[in-house]
Amino acid sequence: MASATHGKNAAIPGLTPKVRITDPASAASDKDAHLRFQISNLNFFYGPKQAVFDLNLKIPAGKITALIGPSGCGKSTFLRTLNRMNETIRNTRIEGEILLDGQEVLKMDVVGLRRRVGMVFQRPNPFPKSIYDNVAYGLRINGYQGRLDELVEHSLRRAALWEEAKDYLHKSAFALSGGQQQRLCIARALAVDPEVLLLDEPCSALDPVTTAKIEELMFQLKDSCTMVIVTHNMQQAARASDFAAFMLDGRLIEHTETSKLFTTPTDPRTEAYITGRFG
Amino acid sequence: MSSTATAISHGVPPEAGLRAFVRRLKHGDEIAHVITLMFAAGILLITSMLVYELWVNSHLSRTKFGWMFFWTRVWDPIFDNYGAAPFIYGTLITSAVALLIAVPLGLAGAIFLAELAPRNLSDSVAFLIDLLAAVPSVIYGLLGIFIVVPFVRTTLGPALKASFGYLPLFQGPNYGVGFLTAGIVLAIMVVPFIISVSREVLLTVPRDQREAALALGSTRWESTWKVVVPWARTGILGSIFLALARALGETMAVTMVIGNAPNISASLFSSGDTIASVIANQFAEASGDLYLSALIELGLVLFLMTFILNGLARILIVATERGAGHPS
Amino acid sequence: MNLRLTWRKSLNGVMLTLTGVAAFAVVSILFLILGYLFWNGGRSLNWDFFTKLPKPVGESGGGMANAIVGSLKLLLLAAVMGLPVGLLAGTYLAEFGGKTFAYVIRYTTDLLNGVPSIVIGIFAYSLTVLPMRHFSTLAGGVALGIMVIPITVRSTEEFLRAVPGSLREAAMALGASKWKTIATVILPAASGGILTGMLLSLARVAGETAPLLFTAFSNRFWSPGWGQPTASLPVMIYTYAIAPYDDWHRQAWAAGLVLLALVLVANLGCRFALNRRGSARSV
Repeated sequence: MASATHGKNAAIPGLTPKVRITDPASAASDKDAHLRFQISNLNFFYGPKQAVFDLNLKIPAGKITALIGPSGCGKSTFLRTLNRMNETIRNTRIEGEILLDGQEVLKMDVVGLRRRVGMVFQRPNPFPKSIYDNVAYGLRINGYQGRLDELVEHSLRRAALWEEAKDYLHKSAFALSGGQQQRLCIARALAVDPEVLLLDEPCSALDPVTTAKIEELMFQLKDSCTMVIVTHNMQQAARASDFAAFMLDGRLIEHTETSKLFTTPTDPRTEAYITGRFG
Repeated sequence: MSSTATAISHGVPPEAGLRAFVRRLKHGDEIAHVITLMFAAGILLITSMLVYELWVNSHLSRTKFGWMFFWTRVWDPIFDNYGAAPFIYGTLITSAVALLIAVPLGLAGAIFLAELAPRNLSDSVAFLIDLLAAVPSVIYGLLGIFIVVPFVRTTLGPALKASFGYLPLFQGPNYGVGFLTAGIVLAIMVVPFIISVSREVLLTVPRDQREAALALGSTRWESTWKVVVPWARTGILGSIFLALARALGETMAVTMVIGNAPNISASLFSSGDTIASVIANQFAEASGDLYLSALIELGLVLFLMTFILNGLARILIVATERGAGHPS
Repeated sequence: MNLRLTWRKSLNGVMLTLTGVAAFAVVSILFLILGYLFWNGGRSLNWDFFTKLPKPVGESGGGMANAIVGSLKLLLLAAVMGLPVGLLAGTYLAEFGGKTFAYVIRYTTDLLNGVPSIVIGIFAYSLTVLPMRHFSTLAGGVALGIMVIPITVRSTEEFLRAVPGSLREAAMALGASKWKTIATVILPAASGGILTGMLLSLARVAGETAPLLFTAFSNRFWSPGWGQPTASLPVMIYTYAIAPYDDWHRQAWAAGLVLLALVLVANLGCRFALNRRGSARSV
């Protein structure tokens, strides 16, 4: 049930030749390849109200980075700047620099960006189509008519949904349970082979058993897909992520390896948050 | 209430007085209930009487012509021979032309208002479009006669003939009045309904559907057309049925621009009549019981057509409101 | 790949622009209508229009005073016949209705609302004109009165339901019976909305022509009382527009302007009032 891919350009089992939908420019900056995202001096505004203040962050490739902090601290807002989803809201303004593999996110074509940086939302939001058509959606709009069946199966396997869904591919996505729908949304996002997957509190609407399944999934995916996850669940951050960034009132307070942040936080505010004194 | 006061002043035990008081209280409520119920039932009465009168007064025609009424192409007051076929044809043709124009236009406008325009602009424009729906039919007819008819006669007609004159649709003499003109005027009258209802339906599509599509790298158009509109398709279909029901019943504007002749012709430039327009045109002067009865039978047919369409439209729109984003 | 992306983006731009064009086109129709009516009708409006009777066929000049009065009389009849029915039926639905019967009434009301106006005209004809053996203002009033009912029922019910439950409870706690609560507390509270709904329904039937064609028919002179055929603004517009006389066309535009102005002003006024009420209603 686990995916067998490792590394960015490995061949997908059962499919020859390489199927990767790569943007040729992304292979360019290899020296920064260990950093997927580099964010510098990021400021974000909803109209006149500033939500993110002077944020600097480096997100390592092939790892899971968790964004934690109390409600309203700006972590979701920040997450959504990475695939420029905030542009769907009116009157927002962004300043600063975001580099994806050395390229400027704010200047690149947004449609192409979103293919490379996928997103899974808080509530499962499958399309009113069949399971198959949901996963195939991204592939179809990018014009991949050919090996759809194989790609759909591959994505569903990576999302640990293949075994449960393989006999019902043409049934409505709404026939699935909540947890299955969320894994379907993950499969749908994975189908276009993104380099990064952004997850905005993906388990907050799910039960603990399903949550555990998804965390295991993330662990298996991270080599081929960098992940940034926003979570308000500290236990989840502690067990599922490699790096953690603590945000408060729109500012980044501390960013280090998860084990260090949770055992020996350097900033008193971080300590106050993780010991449950607020948030 | 006075009974209590009287009871006390006459030394009647208070419980008895109280009971009377309560009785009268309830009595007042009873009366109110009954009165309002009667008026509500009055609506039932009116509607049943309407159907009854239509049925009874069309008796002569129904018994004389039977089912052949629907196929007979002749409408001859002089020899008292009547058939509904030309008017059913006219109704269908003009409605088809109207929908062909109004549906793409209306849907496109609704998409713009629901997906692209900022909320304030969308609300203001929707308000203006609702005003369009309030304009009386006879005013559309007025504009139809003096603007659309000359337009079809001098500009649109010749242009269509030049490009598509080989089609039977565009052959024959063009006097400006006819099926095409009526269809155009109907389209203008019906577009506000499509936009209004479709816009409302599109606005109810959950935000995260659009976001999911965008996050997968869709363009705005792709997310709208492939995800948002399909979600709302039942309601949009309902709006089309609603528009069709309106078009069927539209009388004045059509009467004024359709040419008023019981023709069945493949040409869109031909004069014709719809069920509604022939009734409007001929009812007041209809002499003879059979003539009148035939017209009333036409009215019955029209009633049934709109009844069914409206019913279907309601089912579809209610189904959308219940969150039928699920594929069938 | 880049080619496909370019194609997708061009398609995106084109389609989105087209939708904007469509919306713009539809709105501009409204302004076109207003513009034409103001231009053509405004030029022909004069004092005579409001005060004189129509001249004999073929002669120019004259006015539509009888049509204006006729329309007013018809509206009065429609109001007297239809509004109370709508009000009381709406009250029933909001305050007393049981589940099934209320559902049936609502369904029937919607049905009645969807009946083409010309069919209502046929009904009024068979109810009134046939027994009376001639056209009459009364017949026209009956037709319009029936059309007024569904809109009034719906708006009455809606505004009665919108009255906050706390008001009801306060009245009942003070010992008011149900009907007293309705009459003295709830109806007054909803009265603004209900009156607006009534006005809207009258504005709608004011423009109706088809049902009048064979009920009130028409009249080139004054129509005394309620038992004679009468001229009305919409029917005059129709008659004059399809006639071959330029002078009559002129007058049709003028009448169209007057009618549209009345209908739009009523609609605008009502909608503004309703919107303000709506925002105040968010308690």
